[in-house]
Amino acid sequence: MTIYLDNGATTAVDKEVVEAMLPFFKDKYGNASSMHHAGQDARKAVDDARQKIADALGAEAKEIIFTSGGTESDNLAIKGAARANKEKGNHIITTKIEHPAVLSTCKKLEKEGFSVTYLDVDPDGLVSPESLEKAITDKTILVSIIHGNNEIGTVQDIAGLGKICREKGVLFHTDAVQSFTKVPLDVSLLPVDMMSISAHKIHGPKGTGALYVRAGTRLKPLMQGGSHEFKMRPGTENVPGIVGFARAAEIALAVDVSKITEVRNHAFKQIIKEIDNIKVNGPRDEMRLCNNINISFANVEGEALGSYLDIDGICVSTGSACSSQTLEPSHVLLAIGLSKEIANGTLRMTLSKHTTKEEIDKAVESLKKHTEKLRAISPLNTVLENVQ
Amino acid sequence: MYNETVMKHFKNPTNAGDMECVDGCGKVGNPSCGDVMMVQIKVDDGKITDAKFKTFGCCAAIAASDAVCEIVKGKTLEEAAALTKDDIVKFLGDLPCVKIHCSILGIEGLQKAIEDHKARTASTV
Repeated sequence: MTIYLDNGATTAVDKEVVEAMLPFFKDKYGNASSMHHAGQDARKAVDDARQKIADALGAEAKEIIFTSGGTESDNLAIKGAARANKEKGNHIITTKIEHPAVLSTCKKLEKEGFSVTYLDVDPDGLVSPESLEKAITDKTILVSIIHGNNEIGTVQDIAGLGKICREKGVLFHTDAVQSFTKVPLDVSLLPVDMMSISAHKIHGPKGTGALYVRAGTRLKPLMQGGSHEFKMRPGTENVPGIVGFARAAEIALAVDVSKITEVRNHAFKQIIKEIDNIKVNGPRDEMRLCNNINISFANVEGEALGSYLDIDGICVSTGSACSSQTLEPSHVLLAIGLSKEIANGTLRMTLSKHTTKEEIDKAVESLKKHTEKLRAISPLNTVLENVQ
Repeated sequence: MYNETVMKHFKNPTNAGDMECVDGCGKVGNPSCGDVMMVQIKVDDGKITDAKFKTFGCCAAIAASDAVCEIVKGKTLEEAAALTKDDIVKFLGDLPCVKIHCSILGIEGLQKAIEDHKARTASTV
């Protein structure tokens, strides 16, 4: 039995999505750039998918560039816009809680001579419009702020932040990989110039994403090759992936997110009721992604707790990156003011439309048991103020 | 990520907990680095007769703590003081590269417990 609470990492691909993709592996396998009918069938599928993704965002089809995923979209937006606009200035603004796809890209640009400001956030992870306004100089060419945070679920007011950029004549990019289809996004109303989205976070296939680029925005492509994707992203289109992405977006937009919110709130309630000496990270209201839970457990190390849950069949992720190759605690948790010790004792649980209250109850039972077990063998006795 | 031996010591550490009448105690690590290890030993006639640990840390840290306690039981203080991280890694089969520091921490905890024991006996003489 698996209880999968790591949908922020990736999701199960919907059956309808797989079915939509299959013909493009087997029968309609043409190259969308070929002139013959096999190629043109593929071309039509890509065009239809582009229109569907554009509709999902309130964009024009010509403003959608298909990529290999969120990371490539972020790279294309930031490097592409910075390099295309460097005669206007060399200053970029982002935040301390971005996904590594944005942070590492900005670090790379610093080596190319750009200067980057990393904005602080408040204890809930929110960027203040005042701090953004203050940071913009006449050298600023680009602002990139994550929409829904992948770790603590904070949803930024991108309408407000984008408005500031628009008024100052600065390009505004947002990484909406986690929020796409969970939070309404309409670029015909939002002052956003570029937006990264990805298929595999919305029950679509891995390896496909898109970058929305407002018409008229200047970008330099990352790679050289053919004239695919409006000369912005060379390489034969991943037709099955693109078709699957569009189908996944259609399905995801029809999901009632309030049901996910209800299960999520049930989880918060049960964890707070059953386990003491914890801290909920991120906002508790509508400024939080509907499927995100992030909690620090005092005196317990996250990887150990996550591993015990895994033995019980429950998949979660550590708020810290300790389980992966780096041993540094999460930069997001440090940015919201957590100590390294508390950041190291943090778990993220991310729900999907498939998550049930029964699964949550089983997970909470396991969480309680293992937190107690680990606390019994912990030499620490830190007391947290239970912030709710 | 971890082999069966590491997972066995992580899942069911037999040497976790507190000890009555401690003869030596060593606490090492730092919670901000993600590991704190406390090793307690009982010494009888120059030999370690029992060892217990308390650890805040990852799977490898807990497994390494349990391994240290297991290895030192029955060893003389000199034999125990001569142990290295390689003895722990060997006992556990293997550890991922990024987790080798957990075995080092285990050895440091043990050494500190032995030093503490020596200091205690010196002061009572």
